[in-house]
Amino acid sequence: MLKYLAKRILYVMPVAFGVSLFCFLLVHIAPGDPLTSVLPPDASQAMQDELRKIYGFDRPLPVQFGLWLMKALQGDLGTSIATGRPVAAEVWRAVGNTLLIAGLATVIGFLFGCLFGFVAGYFRGSYLDKFASMLAVLGVSVPHYWLGMVMVIVFSVQLGWLPPGGAGPGGSAAWIWNWEHVSYMILPAITMSVIPMGIIARTVRALVADILNQEFVPALRAKGLMDFGVFKHVVKNAAPTALAVMGLQLGYLLGGSILIETVFSWPGTGFLLGNAIFQRDLPLLQGTILLLAMFFVGLNVLVDILQGLLDPRVRRR
Amino acid sequence: MSTPQIPTPLVKIENLTVRFRGAQTVHAVNGVSLTLEPGKVLGILGESGSGKSVTLKTLLRLLPESRTDIGGKVSVDGRDVLALNPQDLADYRGAVTSMIFQDPALALDPVYTVGEQIAEAIVRHEKTSMKAAMARALELLELVRIPSPARRLKAYPHEMSGGMRQRAMIALALAARPKLLLADEPTTALDATVQIQILLLLRQLQRDLDMGMLFVTHDIGVAVEVSDRLAVMYAGQIVETGTVRELIRDPQHPYTKGLLAANLHGAKKGERLEAIPGAPPALTEPPDACSFAPRCKFVQDRCRAALPPAVQLGEGRVVRCILAEQALVAAA
Ligand SMILES: Nc1ncnc2c1ncn2[C@@H]1O[C@H](COP(=O)(O)OP(=O)(O)O)[C@@H](O)[C@H]1O
Ligand code: SF4
Ligand SMILES: [Mg+2]
Repeated sequence: MLKYLAKRILYVMPVAFGVSLFCFLLVHIAPGDPLTSVLPPDASQAMQDELRKIYGFDRPLPVQFGLWLMKALQGDLGTSIATGRPVAAEVWRAVGNTLLIAGLATVIGFLFGCLFGFVAGYFRGSYLDKFASMLAVLGVSVPHYWLGMVMVIVFSVQLGWLPPGGAGPGGSAAWIWNWEHVSYMILPAITMSVIPMGIIARTVRALVADILNQEFVPALRAKGLMDFGVFKHVVKNAAPTALAVMGLQLGYLLGGSILIETVFSWPGTGFLLGNAIFQRDLPLLQGTILLLAMFFVGLNVLVDILQGLLDPRVRRR
Repeated sequence: MSTPQIPTPLVKIENLTVRFRGAQTVHAVNGVSLTLEPGKVLGILGESGSGKSVTLKTLLRLLPESRTDIGGKVSVDGRDVLALNPQDLADYRGAVTSMIFQDPALALDPVYTVGEQIAEAIVRHEKTSMKAAMARALELLELVRIPSPARRLKAYPHEMSGGMRQRAMIALALAARPKLLLADEPTTALDATVQIQILLLLRQLQRDLDMGMLFVTHDIGVAVEVSDRLAVMYAGQIVETGTVRELIRDPQHPYTKGLLAANLHGAKKGERLEAIPGAPPALTEPPDACSFAPRCKFVQDRCRAALPPAVQLGEGRVVRCILAEQALVAAA
C-alpha cells in the first residue's frame, strides 16, 4: 500500500509541473500584451518599458517561469491588475466559498445519486428504474442556470422561504452552520447538486446492474445470505468506483460554475474567473486556474488513494 | 420406483421440469428423477447444455424466480425445497446443501478476503463471534490443505492461484457443515495436474465428512473417478442411471454407448464428449419423442412417435430407450 501511495504521488509530479507551465504560458499565449489593459491608451514607450520591468516581462521566458514558480510555491501568486490586491488572498477566499457549496452539492448529489442508482440498478427494467433513470438524465441535461432561476422564483420570490442570492447575512460566506448562513447555501447547492446527482446515479446504476450479474451473487445466496447480506457485498463492490466518480465531480464543481455563481451572486471561483476574464486580469486568471488545477490534481491523488484502500485489486497496479 | 430396503434418501428429485421464459422459451430440464443416499456420490454426466447446472441450481433454488417455471418435487434431507419460505430457504442454503462453483475466480467476491468470506458463512449459520468464525475458517483452510493457511486467510481471491482458489471455495462450501455437496464441474477451469489434486481432495473430504455429493461433469474419466453411481443426462433428461460398474461394463442407452466408445479409443481422462456425430436438439419445445433420435444409429419409427419409456432394469438401474424395453420383453 505504501508503495502504491508513493507511486501515485510520484506520477502526479510531472502533471503538476505541466499544469504550472501551462498556467504560466497562458499569459503569453493570450493575444495582446498583458499590460495593455492597465495602461492608459496614450502611455509613453518609456512608461510601458518601466511597467514591463516592474512586472518582470522583460526577462527571458524560462527565467520568468522559474521566478514565478518559486514565488507560487511560497504562496505568492502576484497582484491582481484590476484591484491591486494579492491574487492568492482573492483566490483562497473564492475557493473557500466555492468549496462550501460545491462540497454540499457533492454530498447531496452523492446521496441522491446513490439512492436513485441503487434503486434503478436493483429493479432494472421496472417502472422504478425508468423513473429514476429519467431523473438522472434530467439532472445532467437540464440547463442549471435556468433551474437556478426557477428555484429563486419559486422559493425566494413566491414562497419567500430562502434568500434569492448572496453569500450570507453579512454579504460574505462563512463556514458557519446556523440557519441564517445555511439558508443562503441551500438553493445554490441544490442547483449545483443536480449534475453530480445525475452522473453518480447513472454510474451506480450501471455498477449495481453489473455486480448483480456476476456469478459471486448466486454464490453468496448459496451460502445462505439474504437480501441485506448480499446488499453489503454489492455496496462494497460498487464503493470504489462510486467514490472515485464523486471525487471527480467535486473536482469539476470546485472550478465553480460561472453560471450558477452568477445567478446566485455567490462569490466563488466561477464568479472570480468570470471577473478575471472580463477585466483581462491575467495574474488573477493565472493564479485562479493554477490553484484550481492543483486542487483537481490533488483530489485525483486522493481519489486514487481512496480507491486503493477500498479495492484490493487496484493496489497491485 | 424406490424399493423399501433402501435407507431414506438424502436427495429425492421426482419428475423435475425447469422452463425459462423469455424471448425464447427454454425447456432446460424435462422430467428428471433421481435419488442420492447419504454419504454417496452421484456423478451427473452429460455434454454442455444438457441441463446439469440447472438441475444443481434447482437444489438450492438459485435460478431467477421471476422467469423460471419449476415443476415436480425436490426434497433434500426431508425438506420440500421448492416450498421453503425465504427465511427457511436461507437457513437451508449452505447449512444443509452447499455448492462448489465451476470457476472460483468468478464465484468468490473480489473485494473480501477469503477468510472473511468463509467466516461470513459460519457466522450466518452458527451463533459465533467473528473471531471464533475466523479461527474456524483457518481450520477449514488447513482441512483443504492450502499451503500457509494463516497467510491465505487474509488474501484476496486474485492473490491466489486457480487451484488454491478452488480449495478456498471448497472450504467455504464446507463452512456450515452441510450434508449435501453440489459440485458443478469443479475442476473444469483448472490445469490438468491441479484437477487431479482437487478431485482427490473432494473425494477424500466427502468420505471423511460423510457427505452426499452430486458431482456434475462432462468428463467421463472424472465422473468414473469420484462417483459411486452415474446418471447420464441428455437434453434435459436422464437417459441412463446405474452404478459406475454397470454403466461402464454394460451401457444400455445408445448415447451412453457412444460416449464410452468415444472414450475407449486410447482416450482417457480429460476427454470431451464430442465424438458422437450431430448436435443436441434445441430446447425450445418440451420433448414429445426421444431427444436422441436424430443422432441415434438404432432409431425406429416408434422413437419419433412418443417419449421412450423409462425402463427399470434393476435396483436403481433405469434406461430411457425403447431398445431396453424390447430387450426386457424378449427376455421375459
Ligand atoms: N438463467 C437461464 N436463463 C435462460 N436459459 C438458461 C438459464 N440457465 C441455463 N439456461 C439454458 O438451459 C440449458 C441448460 O443449461 P445448463 O444446465 O447450464 O447446461 P450444462 O449441462 O452445460 O450445465 C441451456 O440451453 C442454457 O442455455
Ligand atoms: S429410443 Fe430410439 S432413438 Fe432414442 S435412443 Fe433408444 S433407440 Fe435411439
Ligand atoms: Mg454447466
